[in-house]
Amino acid sequence: MNKIKNLADLKKLQSEVQSKIKLREKGDHPDMLVQIKVSMATCGIASGAKETMAYLIEELEHQGIDALVTQTGCMGYCYAEPTIELTIPGQPPVVYGFVSKAKALEIIEKHIKLNQLVDGIIPVAYSTIDNH
Amino acid sequence: MEMINLTIDQKPVVVRKGTTVLKAASSIGIDIPTLCYMKLDDMNIENKPGGCRVCVVEIKGRKNLAPACCTEAAEGMEVNTHSIRVVNARRTVVELILSDHPADCLICAKSGNCELQDMANHLGIRQIHYQGEQSVYREDTSPAIIREINKCIMCRRCETMCNDVQTVGVLSAVNRGFQAVVAPAFEMNLDHSVCTYCGQCVAVCPTGALTEVDETGAVIRALSDLSKTVVVQTAPAVRAALGEEFGMAAGTLVTGKMVAALRRLGFDYVFDTDFAADLTILEEGTELLNRLSAFMEGDKNVKLPILTSCCPAWVKFFEHQFPEMKDIPSTARSPQQMFGSVAKTYFADKIGVKRENLVVVSIMPCLAKKYESSRPEFSVNGNPDVDFALSTRELAHLINLGNIDFKSLPNEDFDAPLGESTGAGVIFGTTGGVIEAAVRTAYEVYTGKPLPRVDFEELRGMDGLRKATIDFNGTPINIGIAHGLGNARKLLEDIQAGNSEFHAIEIMSCPGGCIGGGGQPYHHGDAEILKKRQRAIYSEDKNKTLRKSHENPYIMKLYEEFLGAPMSEKAHHLLHTRYFDRS
Amino acid sequence: MAEYNMHILVCGGTGCKASQSELIKANFITRLNEYGLGDEIQVIMTGCFGFCEKGPIVKILPDNTFYTQVTPEDVPEIVDEHIIKGRKVERLLYKDPETKEFVGDSKGMDFYKKQIRIALRNCGFINPENIEEYIGRDGYAALGTCLSEKTPDEVIGIIKDSGLRGRGGGGFPTGLKWELTRKSVGDQKYVVCNADEGDPGAFMDRSILEGDPHSVLEAMAICGYCIGADKGLIYIRAEYPLAIERLKVAIIQAREYGLLGNDILGAGFNFDVEIRYGAGAFVCGEETALIHSMEGKRGEPTVKPPFPAEKGYNGKPTNVNNVETFANIPVIINKGAAWFSSIGTAKSKGTKVFALAGKINNVGLIEVPMGITLREIIYDIGGGIKDGREFKAVQTGGPSGGCLTRSFLDTPIDYDNLLAAGSMMGSGGMIVLDDSDCMVAIAKFYLEFTLDESCGKCTPCRIGNKRLHEILEKITEGNGKVEDLDRLRMLSTVIKDTSLCGLGQTSPNPVLSTLDHFHDEYLAHVTSHKCVAGQCKALMHYSIDADQCTGCTLCFRNCPVGAISGEKRSPHYIDQSLCIKCGLCFTKCKFDAVLIA
Repeated sequence: MNKIKNLADLKKLQSEVQSKIKLREKGDHPDMLVQIKVSMATCGIASGAKETMAYLIEELEHQGIDALVTQTGCMGYCYAEPTIELTIPGQPPVVYGFVSKAKALEIIEKHIKLNQLVDGIIPVAYSTIDNH
Repeated sequence: MEMINLTIDQKPVVVRKGTTVLKAASSIGIDIPTLCYMKLDDMNIENKPGGCRVCVVEIKGRKNLAPACCTEAAEGMEVNTHSIRVVNARRTVVELILSDHPADCLICAKSGNCELQDMANHLGIRQIHYQGEQSVYREDTSPAIIREINKCIMCRRCETMCNDVQTVGVLSAVNRGFQAVVAPAFEMNLDHSVCTYCGQCVAVCPTGALTEVDETGAVIRALSDLSKTVVVQTAPAVRAALGEEFGMAAGTLVTGKMVAALRRLGFDYVFDTDFAADLTILEEGTELLNRLSAFMEGDKNVKLPILTSCCPAWVKFFEHQFPEMKDIPSTARSPQQMFGSVAKTYFADKIGVKRENLVVVSIMPCLAKKYESSRPEFSVNGNPDVDFALSTRELAHLINLGNIDFKSLPNEDFDAPLGESTGAGVIFGTTGGVIEAAVRTAYEVYTGKPLPRVDFEELRGMDGLRKATIDFNGTPINIGIAHGLGNARKLLEDIQAGNSEFHAIEIMSCPGGCIGGGGQPYHHGDAEILKKRQRAIYSEDKNKTLRKSHENPYIMKLYEEFLGAPMSEKAHHLLHTRYFDRS
Repeated sequence: MAEYNMHILVCGGTGCKASQSELIKANFITRLNEYGLGDEIQVIMTGCFGFCEKGPIVKILPDNTFYTQVTPEDVPEIVDEHIIKGRKVERLLYKDPETKEFVGDSKGMDFYKKQIRIALRNCGFINPENIEEYIGRDGYAALGTCLSEKTPDEVIGIIKDSGLRGRGGGGFPTGLKWELTRKSVGDQKYVVCNADEGDPGAFMDRSILEGDPHSVLEAMAICGYCIGADKGLIYIRAEYPLAIERLKVAIIQAREYGLLGNDILGAGFNFDVEIRYGAGAFVCGEETALIHSMEGKRGEPTVKPPFPAEKGYNGKPTNVNNVETFANIPVIINKGAAWFSSIGTAKSKGTKVFALAGKINNVGLIEVPMGITLREIIYDIGGGIKDGREFKAVQTGGPSGGCLTRSFLDTPIDYDNLLAAGSMMGSGGMIVLDDSDCMVAIAKFYLEFTLDESCGKCTPCRIGNKRLHEILEKITEGNGKVEDLDRLRMLSTVIKDTSLCGLGQTSPNPVLSTLDHFHDEYLAHVTSHKCVAGQCKALMHYSIDADQCTGCTLCFRNCPVGAISGEKRSPHYIDQSLCIKCGLCFTKCKFDAVLIA
């Protein structure tokens, strides 16, 4: 990576990466990438988020599902860790709590493959600065 | 200079910007009680952690009470130093301290000299409302200092002395909350630490948490043992301070009364460490001249500057902290040890008493002297050259114990032969004195001419670091003086870096030199007392007929009869020592 | 592939489950199957919606219909009307308390606007170890704007206008702090980020550093630009390994991208950040103690003034702000002071992150606008009290704060109201207590914490708190006297009045506030020696009801100290002098024969 030399450089990079991130919200990516964010703060990790994330990556790859699994910070639902946010292209993101390996498999089998919601959804209860 | 107007207890007061509320109040005669706060004026020593909270005052507009010792006066400030709120808080705070303090005042070493006791009395505390668990710590006894830290009130004065002033770094606060206390690292014992036993922690401790090892009992036993001949030596700084223990003004010289008291206590011979100080000058001065001449002749191996070695805390300091420089200080033993060595050989022979039946007691302004006398190299077949080293304070206890009315004693003279001294020996008791005494002799020996003037004002004073150049008949000799080990460290670091301009350096561990020693009557933070003691020392010097060590006839006789010459083999054996790497 | 075209979400939170939400789910499935719609419409159970006040909740997707207080009997109507005929069942819709209108779509409900994420804006959204994701979310744009378009004074003006106050607890106006440090003269100045979070139960700073480390780095650089500092230091407790790791990655990336280092964005501004580790002492959250700790000294506070703005790290002017405070800065620059100050109350602007803990359903991290009420936090966001118990109080401000009772449920939360109520904002710990919590024990718990965390430098905090704790211990052990309550109050007052730093000055707050609000509970402890919450073991009395006891000997066999005696098949007896009140007999007894008084 070359250094960002001035504000114009920064803005250019911003618009480049913005489109990548917007994927997560809009899901209009042509290759229909499924995106999963695993909440990997201390609370999540303590409850097994690392194992969950590793399992998700492994299982999705194993099943040949093209998905993007990334880590992120604390979503705030510390009572329900590990939590993941699943975005199926074209649909609003869904947050699941208490995602154990078994739950992760269920989510892959039902939600990702069959587009059926699974028990254990956490209703997202906040607005962000983007929509405020 | 910007001036600040404020009112304290409704009285207007104008002070310089930067003045604390405490000082502003005292400038108009309002006394705010303090406990942890301590300032030695003009000596750059100040302890103001703001921790005890006894000096809190009410400042209009502030939510909480403020500590007067570390609150700067501000324009328009309205201070109330003794409102009900303040007095109640102050009393509660002192009650809290007392609730975690052993109530063994009756038998405490500090009883009568304890600032906490005084404070409780001052505030009229007759009941402790908040009783509870008391801290219990292990007592720590070393060769010189006892730490009874159940009595520590976390004033942090010892920490300031040990870390900031002396840069020894042994004592600091450890643990948290109720368990917090001042202790060596890992709460080890002092004798496992790099403690120099300078005793400055003891000198400033407001309570009985830090005291000296009391050897008065052992001395009494020796005095009452008819098979023993007990001789006593008194260090120069003792005579300038002992009177304070009996209510006399600071700076009163009590040499004659002290001698009289010692005699009444039953010492068989009352001698003077000043005699040994004169002897030290001849040894150390000769060593200086030898090194100097070799240096002038181009000897590259010669070590300069030469450093004095009469202060045992200083010796232990460089053994721990600068062991690679242990061949720089003079090898001359301290006056206390030279005295002990001469007393148990030359003098014992003279009076026909066997070494083991001669007990040498020294009265010292110092606690490190207790440690020094216990160093194994200063004993012969397990018999130490100096058996007991009492502090000035311990001597005062002995005098009281002997029911002696000190103030009404007549003035008496020291015994011969080890009681005769010159003014040069006397000034060993203050910073700058040893080097001045050395210069008086070295000059005359080096130049072969009599000194035009005996008083070297340029070497005197209270500045922590001083320097002067003395003209040795065309040869400029650069002299450095440091008192306080922190100042000594600076000079040593210069030497280490090869930046030292000095030929000779005098180092004393205690601020002010021995007059401010850890065994002296407590100054309770009043630096004026140290200055008065210093003046007393110089006046004793001035009043002596003989003021140069090499003019002391008894010293000359000692060389003639016994030692031969300075730095002779016998002198080497009896009057010199070596140093150890203790790092 | 079966494709459901409609989802029915039934709340599976504790509160709703207690109100038969499982039966609701079952009824839906039955009814849908009657219509043969089982393959087309999916019924699932979710986590708590947090809106337990109006539970049980049923939400229908994709049209976002939000039904409240649904009973199992309502299910056929919902299916018949809504699912089959497409008409919403109006009487079950959420009714806006102000407009009195029914709200069909949950997105229009106030409840879902109650949390606004500013400081936590990127937490749980971006990958914290990828700087590009941060940049994509306007990251470093604020720094760019400041460096190229604004003077330091203008930036400070924006921060001042925004009304941002320190989020570490004290609530000192951030802009003013920056201005003071800017005005201080010094050849070197420092920006320090205080990440020594230590309140029991509070972890927002950790979450920000773990989830969005760049927001703090960017803000520190902006602060450096404003006050004239080129060095930033983050003081973080070594117990936060993940936060430290993410920070390290972030610092390295920011340097690689030229957003830290020399000549940032070509504006001639140099700034770099270093991490300093703390050993986890609570008192090091106090800024002078923090600075001493960074200097390698014992972590102890010193008397202020001088403030760090004048004499801070290494004696140089230093600006210390907390993590959450910094995290707000870039947004304020990007969206403007007016936007920020439109959120919150008259004197407290923006949002505050709270760590919701204790006897509450939705334990977690929330960010709410200043001025929100406790009721909204506890019932709407927090999902109400665990196990349907009674709300008793909420402890805010950690060991420096106090307890707010039922009567404060509708008080808008901001710095000043909390102070007036005898508590404080603190760093944002919020611990919810129910009727099984003894308030004396709660006060004792916080004091125990202070006792461990006091540095021991000043007398009132070192010894005074110990004595306070001893009195509380006496009371919880049933040895308290009425005059002890006066003593608690008097000693507390002096400790507050005379302590050196904020820790001691606030340490008696939990005692004073519980003493004020729950005086009767204290009185019961010292007069009738009763603990109404049943938490103080020493005040409990176990006995065996001879009428109920069957002499099964289960209690006898389980008693760890042999305090129970009795013949088989005849009533047993507890020897009070031996009983240690462990409660085992009570839990073991199958016949409810063990009585607790």
